[in-house]
Amino acid sequence: MKRAAFGHIGFPILLLLPQLAIIAIFFYWPAAYAVESSFYLQDPFGFGETFVGFDNYTRLTNSTNYINALNFTVVFTLLVTFFSLGIALLLAVKADKVIRGAKTYRTLLMWVYAIAPPVAGLIGVMLFDQSRGTITQVLASFGYDFRLGVNYWDTAAAMITVSVWKQIPVNFIFFLSGLQAIPRSVREAAMIDNRSGTSRFWDITFPLLAPTGFFLLIINITYSLFDTFGIVDTIVKGEPGNNPLTLVYRVYVDGFRGGDLGGSSAQSVVLMILVLILTIVQFRFLERRIHYT
Amino acid sequence: MADITQTRVQATTRTTTRKRIRWDHIADHAILIAGALLMLVPVYMVFATSSWDPITIHREGMQFGFGDRLAENYDAALFEYGGFTDSVNGMTMLANSLILGLGFAIGKIIVGMMAAYAIVYFRLKFATLAFWMIFTTLLLPLEVRILPSYEVISWMNLGNTYTGLIVPLIASATATFFFRQFFRSVPEELIEAARIDGAGPVKFFIDILVPLSKTMIAAMFIIMFVFGWNQYLWPTLITTDESLFTLVRGIRQIVQSYADGSETPDYGQAAALAIIAMTPPVLIVVFFQSWFVKGLTESDK
Amino acid sequence: MAQVTLNKVRKVYPNGAEALEPSTFTIPDGELCVLVGPSGCGKSTMLRMVAGLEDVTEGEISIGDRVVNDIDPADRNIAMVFQNYALYPHMTVARNMGYGLKNRGMDKGQIAEKVREAAQMLNLTEFLDRKPSQLSGGQRQRVAMGRAIVREPDLFLFDEPLSNLDAKLRNQMRIEIRALQRRLGTTAMYVTHDQVEAMTMADRIIVLSNGHIEQIGTPAEIYSNPASTFVAAFMGAPPMNLLNAEAGQGRVTLPGGEIVPQAGVNGHAGAVTVGIRPEDVMPSPQGDLTFNVDIIEELGAQRLLHGQMAGQAFSVAVPKDQEAATGEMRLALKPGAVHLFDADEGRRLG
Ligand SMILES: Nc1ncnc2c1ncn2[C@@H]1O[C@H](COP(=O)(O)OP(=O)(O)O)[C@@H](O)[C@H]1O
Ligand SMILES: [Mg+2]
Repeated sequence: MKRAAFGHIGFPILLLLPQLAIIAIFFYWPAAYAVESSFYLQDPFGFGETFVGFDNYTRLTNSTNYINALNFTVVFTLLVTFFSLGIALLLAVKADKVIRGAKTYRTLLMWVYAIAPPVAGLIGVMLFDQSRGTITQVLASFGYDFRLGVNYWDTAAAMITVSVWKQIPVNFIFFLSGLQAIPRSVREAAMIDNRSGTSRFWDITFPLLAPTGFFLLIINITYSLFDTFGIVDTIVKGEPGNNPLTLVYRVYVDGFRGGDLGGSSAQSVVLMILVLILTIVQFRFLERRIHYT
Repeated sequence: MADITQTRVQATTRTTTRKRIRWDHIADHAILIAGALLMLVPVYMVFATSSWDPITIHREGMQFGFGDRLAENYDAALFEYGGFTDSVNGMTMLANSLILGLGFAIGKIIVGMMAAYAIVYFRLKFATLAFWMIFTTLLLPLEVRILPSYEVISWMNLGNTYTGLIVPLIASATATFFFRQFFRSVPEELIEAARIDGAGPVKFFIDILVPLSKTMIAAMFIIMFVFGWNQYLWPTLITTDESLFTLVRGIRQIVQSYADGSETPDYGQAAALAIIAMTPPVLIVVFFQSWFVKGLTESDK
Repeated sequence: MAQVTLNKVRKVYPNGAEALEPSTFTIPDGELCVLVGPSGCGKSTMLRMVAGLEDVTEGEISIGDRVVNDIDPADRNIAMVFQNYALYPHMTVARNMGYGLKNRGMDKGQIAEKVREAAQMLNLTEFLDRKPSQLSGGQRQRVAMGRAIVREPDLFLFDEPLSNLDAKLRNQMRIEIRALQRRLGTTAMYVTHDQVEAMTMADRIIVLSNGHIEQIGTPAEIYSNPASTFVAAFMGAPPMNLLNAEAGQGRVTLPGGEIVPQAGVNGHAGAVTVGIRPEDVMPSPQGDLTFNVDIIEELGAQRLLHGQMAGQAFSVAVPKDQEAATGEMRLALKPGAVHLFDADEGRRLG
């Protein structure tokens, strides 16, 4: 609040009303509804529901489908985060260093941000298609039989590749702006103190980039968990089958295909808790950063 | 004596630096070019493929060169009814994508600016409470509460409406948060000077705050437009009526026709539709790059 | 035109901090009154209450014969110049100056006329179509002044308006603001932490410390009769020397036994503080006081001798043509050089 803020009462409430109404109806209500439903079991024919306590949650721990999705999500998240961060960091460091063509490189490396995940997924399907895919053909010439949608890990590899490809631009943009925020004088001081470019990177640049990196870590985990839905859906062509699936995809499959509102809601609640933990971690960190700067 | 040493030192440094810097630079550019190609080539191939007839694509897969069906494929993708869908053409989907992108971006900016203005510039007792209520929505993406949200929309009979499509997406506070940050960075004295100059809350907002926020609004608009245009899961659930399909939603139909495999789908048209779906957001991001980058790096932090 | 009266005005911020103790004073019509004091002493708080930007906790503020406590800032007919100028960055100079008039519903032609007049007065005519970002610091300062002038207010409020300028420009603007205020004859309250600004510009000075008024008076009164050690040390450069001493039997004795001449004690006995301005002493072999010079500081027109008197820090200012060397010397006092203060509370004695 500004110290000379307006003293009106009615007007600001009017200003807040649309936002509050929208979040009450489309955020708090559904969120509360999810928590509530996670304790009930719905009759498959739509006749009423029974309170089952934590049954829906225990059911999850016994479901191989769910455990598989959980395991895959962990692997998927780790790999996507690692590769997209690593590649983007390399590219950002180079783009920050070159003088000629810096702008062009920046444009060429970030525009993919604007492509929708399912469109990226479709491109993936075209490239990895079992019979006609370009990459499938290349792999075949090396003697590898890549089978999208049939072989579990082949499908997973396609998903990861596309997800990394789609995420590189965001990471690149943040790393680059983080690098550009390092004061010129600090770089120059480092140049005088240390003649090796590589050790300068690890001693000076990398620690100064750590806050950006940590922030991006959270962003990438969130991305892998949630925003890859469109990629997963297109790569498995809407057919869960025996394909690798992420947790969010399971929420969707069990809720909309399986009609299991209780189970799907329990999964939602688990995800909510996961996101809350991530946020708390992020905040604790941000708080620290505020102290130091 | 001193002269000789000096020249020698100079000569050696010159040769060594020249050599090292050159290799360095070549390696840097090679890596950057490889990265750029990694981003470009897949999309280029989709574009090239969109100029071929379905038989060729079916037989040989994606193409590197251009065929002779470019105009036909785009014409069909845009204007022919019932390609991948039963009843709508590309133009309808394009229009729906625009409505979603614009409606989402504009709605979110207006709602967000109003709320942020109330929180920052008024002496409201429950401003902090309101802020935390709004802020909490940043924590849980729509994907997490997708099923109950769907139930709520059905219960309100908003399925297959633009309202049901757009408004729930606005229920996250990124824009509010972003504008709050920005308003807080506006110097305190500006509102003081304005109040002495006789500006009330409405005048101050319109005469001073909105013009000051122009760049921020532009940046937010670009990010939100792209975000809205690219929505997939929510439109997939909420629109079963094809006349409300967006382009991105239409991609699902293409993929399904791939999955069916019963008849040869029109791959050329599919590629054309994919290109159409990505072109507007890509152009916006490329042309308004500096605003976009500013908005992105300043909003998420 | 109007006089300003504060009657037992007090300010407590919502967090419980008392920024201003109940204060009462009147600024006569047409005077320039400077509020001076160290940073955080409550100057801005007082000014902002007069402007209406801050609520008054207790007491009454009047401008002219109108109590303004509950009147909106826009309706107090005041104008304010801020430290960072607070120009509207997206408006041209002309629109910046005219914005307040436009909000009062004045017609365009009249606004343009007034803006032109003010711009002429401030040498801003050629910049009227520029945005603030295209102006230098001094020009922005002038625009802020112009915005205040066009409104023809009853009262000007300045909150450290020169702090963001370099030293040379500051001196120049100081004179300009003073001249302008004289010419317009508008009452003004001027906040600064710079005692030179206060001494040179003010008709009347209010010295604030820690939320209470230490002294009100003309620059000459403040300089020659500081009401407390705080005022004595704060006003004047180099600051007044303050020495611990003992009063008794009609005289004042420094530790070590030297007697301070000229000091009347009015029956006061016990610990006192003796104040002597560096420019009120002169080296003289017949002087009564012993001074040990450690360092000599050349200022050009003046020379400052820093050292010890009776084991306490002491400084002396001598004209440039007077020779000086480190080591012991004797000092004589000019008439009226000795100020005597209570040792506990720092209040002036007699
Ligand atoms: N909005 C506020 N809330 C709480 N305390 C404040 C506020 N504004 C100023 N203060 C406190 O009041 C005192 C006086 O502040 P101010 O009037 O700004 O001093 P200055 O003389 O430097 O202009 C300071 O101790 C400051 O910390
Ligand atoms: Mg102040």
